[in-house]
Amino acid sequence: MKRKLTMIQAITEAMDQKMAEDSRTMLLGEDIGVNGGVFRATENLLQKYGPNRVVDTPLAESGIIGAAIGLAMNGMIPVVEIQFLAFIYPGFEQIVSHAARMRYRTRGHYNVPLVVRTPYGAGIRGPELHAESVESFFAHVPGLKVVVPSNPYDAKGLLIAAMEDPDPVIFLEPTKLYRAFKEEVPEEMYREPIGKAKVVREGNDLSIFAWGAMLRVADDAAKQIEREQGISCEVVDLRTIYPLDRDTIVSSVKKTGRAMVVHEAHKTMGVGAEIISVINDEALIYLKAPVKRVTGFDVPVPQFSIEDDYMPTPSRVMNGILETVTY
Amino acid sequence: MSTLYQVLTPEGELATNLDGQLDQATMVKMFENMLLVRRFDRKSIILQRQGRMGTYAPFEGQEASQVGSAMALSPGDWLFPTYRDHAASIVHGQSMARVFLYWMGHMDGSISPSHLNIMPQCVPIATQMIHAVGTAWASKLKGEKKVSLAYFGDGATSEGDFHEALNFAGVFKTPTIFLCQNNGYAISVPFSQQSASKTIAQRAAAYDIPGVRVDGNDVFAVFMTIRQAIDRAKAGEGPTLIEAVTYRYGAHTTADDPKKYRDQENVSEEWRRERDPIQRLRVYLEKQGLWTEAWENERLASFGEKIDAALAEAESYPKSRPEDMFKHVYAEPTWMAAEQEKELAQPVKKEGIPA
Repeated sequence: MKRKLTMIQAITEAMDQKMAEDSRTMLLGEDIGVNGGVFRATENLLQKYGPNRVVDTPLAESGIIGAAIGLAMNGMIPVVEIQFLAFIYPGFEQIVSHAARMRYRTRGHYNVPLVVRTPYGAGIRGPELHAESVESFFAHVPGLKVVVPSNPYDAKGLLIAAMEDPDPVIFLEPTKLYRAFKEEVPEEMYREPIGKAKVVREGNDLSIFAWGAMLRVADDAAKQIEREQGISCEVVDLRTIYPLDRDTIVSSVKKTGRAMVVHEAHKTMGVGAEIISVINDEALIYLKAPVKRVTGFDVPVPQFSIEDDYMPTPSRVMNGILETVTY
Repeated sequence: MSTLYQVLTPEGELATNLDGQLDQATMVKMFENMLLVRRFDRKSIILQRQGRMGTYAPFEGQEASQVGSAMALSPGDWLFPTYRDHAASIVHGQSMARVFLYWMGHMDGSISPSHLNIMPQCVPIATQMIHAVGTAWASKLKGEKKVSLAYFGDGATSEGDFHEALNFAGVFKTPTIFLCQNNGYAISVPFSQQSASKTIAQRAAAYDIPGVRVDGNDVFAVFMTIRQAIDRAKAGEGPTLIEAVTYRYGAHTTADDPKKYRDQENVSEEWRRERDPIQRLRVYLEKQGLWTEAWENERLASFGEKIDAALAEAESYPKSRPEDMFKHVYAEPTWMAAEQEKELAQPVKKEGIPA
């Protein structure tokens, strides 16, 4: 029987199944036990696996991530929930100076199979500092992997892959998508490969690269502009920010000859710049127009009453498409 | 807890009854270990001055704290040293050649012997304390009787991770031992300016865990205190905070000049008279008929040879190659790093701009 799940249900199921399969797996975070997490990602898992494996921790991000590093080095597979991405900064040093470097410093004698899950992004009318998209902070650190699902199916498959990865994975969950839609999700465990993008819409005139909540914005814009103006866009869901899937990016650009990046993060020094650089290195002579970026603005993410105006909208994406195809 | 626990006085007298907790062979081994690591430390400074090693962090004065604590461990226990705790690492089983390699900037300088868990020396301050909570927590979950011992200095007690580590260890009752070597200075800042707390041990009360203040120049007291903490931890009674009051006789590192912030001449004279951890044990052992000058000289000569052999091993160890920087970033290299590696050793081609 086919059944449909929201992204948050798919995430819960991935952890539940991994916990059942591998007793080394344990969950740590603030309010994840009795409360089931502020977004309910760990609902009922405390009851199922007990307080040694689903741990309500003290409110201290460095402590959570640092302890998880030690747990990981001594045989456990910790999956940490940081309540919101903008609360991760106290643990940033632990991530970049230790989790990302332990394998390197010990020449492979110790590794840190750690997953740091965290809700991120704007669009749920949250208070200040509940809406950031700072994936580039982590994508700049060798030793980390950065994964962002855009749908329930990928969320489950990528999270299982992240929990089985021998290296630390920052797993960013777009809050706006947690309950935005349901999708068929297989009941059994499966893995989606980290480091592989997915072409979600085939097209000929322009390639759009997006991830997380922006994937749907890009796809909506692509649908509308094809219907209204006959412009055919290819939409690529990056799914992994680091390491980037160069082959999928480049082959799409070679086919369409035009490219655009849509991301929610601030424009300057964002991941979009890196994607443009990949295109520059590998597909420059195929380009018929400069690569366009439609992104969040170079301002702090504003208060929620105008956060929708901060984020790329289908209209802004369509304007970008038109600008590029008429260059 | 503000009283200083002392077993061996600076005059080399026993302040308390040993109750059979230390046999003579252990005492002699403590002395030998302290002689060895001091010689290693002094040799390292010379090697830095000769340009054969990079910047080095000396530990002279802290031998009792490091030797006494490391000798209390079992091989399965986890050791988390800072950049000043290589004496502890060596006593726990790290090879001196490996320690030399670290300070020579070799990529292989942080590898633990495979049968031990000696962590890379931690460079940021206090961050390793919380790792020692994690490893101890895992040991507890696995039902293993192993402790994790984290070393840190007085400066580390101002960091947030100090608090987070003690708090987590208290909440989850992890078998972690927190050993602060209060050597008086965080580079140049004296402890009086580091904190308004009179002692570091008293901080334990805030986490409802035991806090012990011990004479860190008294190897017996350090050893016995750590032993007690290990026994508690292995009995499931949780963590202990230990403040070993000691002194960093030399500079913060070979790049530091302590004359900028303290009266180094008087300090060194006073230190040798009152605080040298080796001297008080020497006096004690002599009274027990376990020490003679000839024996010490014979041991020193033997240690000198061992250190020279370790140095020879380190200096003849295959040099780090540029391509080594690309190894062990991930289990599998990324395509980016794999391509960038090819940029190494590319000769400059002699081609002009094409016409």
